[in-house]
Amino acid sequence: MAERLIEVKGLKVQFATEDGIVRAVDGVDFELSRGQVLGIVGESGSGKSVTAMTLLGLTRDRNTRFEGEVLYKGRNVLGMNEGELQEVRGNEMSMIFQDPMTSLNPVYSVGAQICEAIQIHERADKSTARRRAVDLLKQVGIPNADSRVDNYPHEFSGGMRQRAMIAMALACNPDVLIADEPTTALDVTIQAQIIELIDRLKDEFNSAVILITHDLGVVAEIADEIIVMYAGRVVERAQTRDLFYDPQMPYTWGLLGSIPRLDRPKQERLHSIKGTPPSLIRSPTGCKFRPRCPHAFDKCMEEPPLENRVETPGHLDRCWLSVAEKRQLRERTLSGEEAA
Amino acid sequence: MISFVIRRLIGALLVLIAVSFITYLIFVKIPGGDPAFRIAGRTATAQNIEDIRQKLKLDAPFYEQYWAMMKSLFSGSLVSYSSQLNVVDQIKAGIPATFSLCIGAAIIWLFFGILVGIISAVTAGRWSDRVITVMALIGISLPVFWLGLMARYLFAQGHPFAFMPDGGYVPFTSNPWGWFTHLLMPWWVLAILFIGFYGRVLRSNILDTINEDYVRTAKAKGLPYKRVMVKHVLRNSLIPIVTLFGLDFAAVIGGSAILTETVFDLKGVGWYAAQAVQDLDLPPIMGVTIYATFFIVLFSVVVDLMYAWLDPRIRPT
Repeated sequence: MAERLIEVKGLKVQFATEDGIVRAVDGVDFELSRGQVLGIVGESGSGKSVTAMTLLGLTRDRNTRFEGEVLYKGRNVLGMNEGELQEVRGNEMSMIFQDPMTSLNPVYSVGAQICEAIQIHERADKSTARRRAVDLLKQVGIPNADSRVDNYPHEFSGGMRQRAMIAMALACNPDVLIADEPTTALDVTIQAQIIELIDRLKDEFNSAVILITHDLGVVAEIADEIIVMYAGRVVERAQTRDLFYDPQMPYTWGLLGSIPRLDRPKQERLHSIKGTPPSLIRSPTGCKFRPRCPHAFDKCMEEPPLENRVETPGHLDRCWLSVAEKRQLRERTLSGEEAA
Repeated sequence: MISFVIRRLIGALLVLIAVSFITYLIFVKIPGGDPAFRIAGRTATAQNIEDIRQKLKLDAPFYEQYWAMMKSLFSGSLVSYSSQLNVVDQIKAGIPATFSLCIGAAIIWLFFGILVGIISAVTAGRWSDRVITVMALIGISLPVFWLGLMARYLFAQGHPFAFMPDGGYVPFTSNPWGWFTHLLMPWWVLAILFIGFYGRVLRSNILDTINEDYVRTAKAKGLPYKRVMVKHVLRNSLIPIVTLFGLDFAAVIGGSAILTETVFDLKGVGWYAAQAVQDLDLPPIMGVTIYATFFIVLFSVVVDLMYAWLDPRIRPT
């Protein structure tokens, strides 16, 4: 078995705000091994980005409370001091963000921003760092990297900027690459290229990837395992294949049903999940998805535990319906006949 | 780049002409502005006034008069109507005091403005930030003539906490220590307002920048806190301060330190301008206007160049 890199146990992240305590992440567990790609899927506000930023200690603040553990190679990230965190950030775990337009500093050249990480972590001199930056830009597919390295971010297109971000994230050969909606701000044609690039570089750099997205289509191609998050919790967790062919949670059906598909009869309009994600300050009692779920019944007033209910081991979900009922009910949602 | 500078300089020349022309026009149109009448004095006869008018060619069309005045101004031969002193010489005589006041005050306000802005941004919401905010608002609200008089009343020689000489200007070349002590109070009085203002502006710039995505990127790269703050937050937050500083500095150098100069009896360009306005004395007003416009135009070009240097996005390609 491949080396275990990350182990998240019972992670809770809470923000104290004027309106009350926001339970952004409310009990999340997962593991990540070298060479693996983990997809975290959910709507906006489901806690997926907060989970990812917490892995790097980026959510630390006076008003933030953490519970549980985030182990990186056995060391608890939540307990690290700033100096230890800085050693880990960019060097062992690095991150790519959603909007490449605003994620690069406009006043420094792309090369300088890549070199910065190399110089800090590897104490490399300027010319070595620069040579590395050019190599990295070549690896992520920037043409004429030798001259492009001195360009400023505004001279790059959106796709190129995201490539530059990836180059920066890979600069110090990290073990874990966290990509937080890396394709959301990009053209559809560029999206596929970026996902492919991440997939290829993961093997070249022998690292593991956490890919966060709200688009199941994006993770389908490269994720080994997928976690579906809702209201700060994991509601379903399965190998990618199982999640797509045998989804157990009505929320997952909703997500799958909202992908336009050519192999289904043409619909009048694209399916959407009714309602909005719940408030994270006063979330509903029982199953968090209950208010939006068309299949809710009495038992849903009590929160279902995340456990294995199907034949496949490791496929976990949080729904009281029996497996047989689910398999019967979900067809209609997935084909778009009925709203989830 | 060169064509950019040339274009800006041509523009600057046009601004200079327009400003001088408008000033001239305002002057000849205001009631009581007739120079002949003022020069002739209280007991003048109609003949006296007519003679003066002939001598100064005041009956010529106003554009001819304007042209004649500009020519004599730029050849350095323009004299005041009331004191008959050479305008260019008088401005030159005021420059050491004005420059000493403004450069000293600018160093103080830039340094403390940035310091105050950084401290209150870094400690935003805590007591130090609150105290600074209140102090800054007080500083912005204090009128210079009041603050200057209070400072003199409290700290100048012969007063309760005396440790400063009271008013006047001592040239640096004759007595550097005297120059310094005489200017210390005016420097602070002029700088206080700007410190409060710059502190507030920088505080909000920093707090905006800190939430930028690229700052999060910098943190995620594993840069130490100090480097993130200086290279990514402060570097970007200071860009607007450069503009502000360029224009404010040009304005005070150009004579808008009138109040400070008057309160502390510093016979600089601002003081000279104040005198000329009181006497409705056209030649010095024109001279000071051209002098002030020159600095404002010059510094706005400098600010543009600095801006292009600081922010690659607006570099002309």
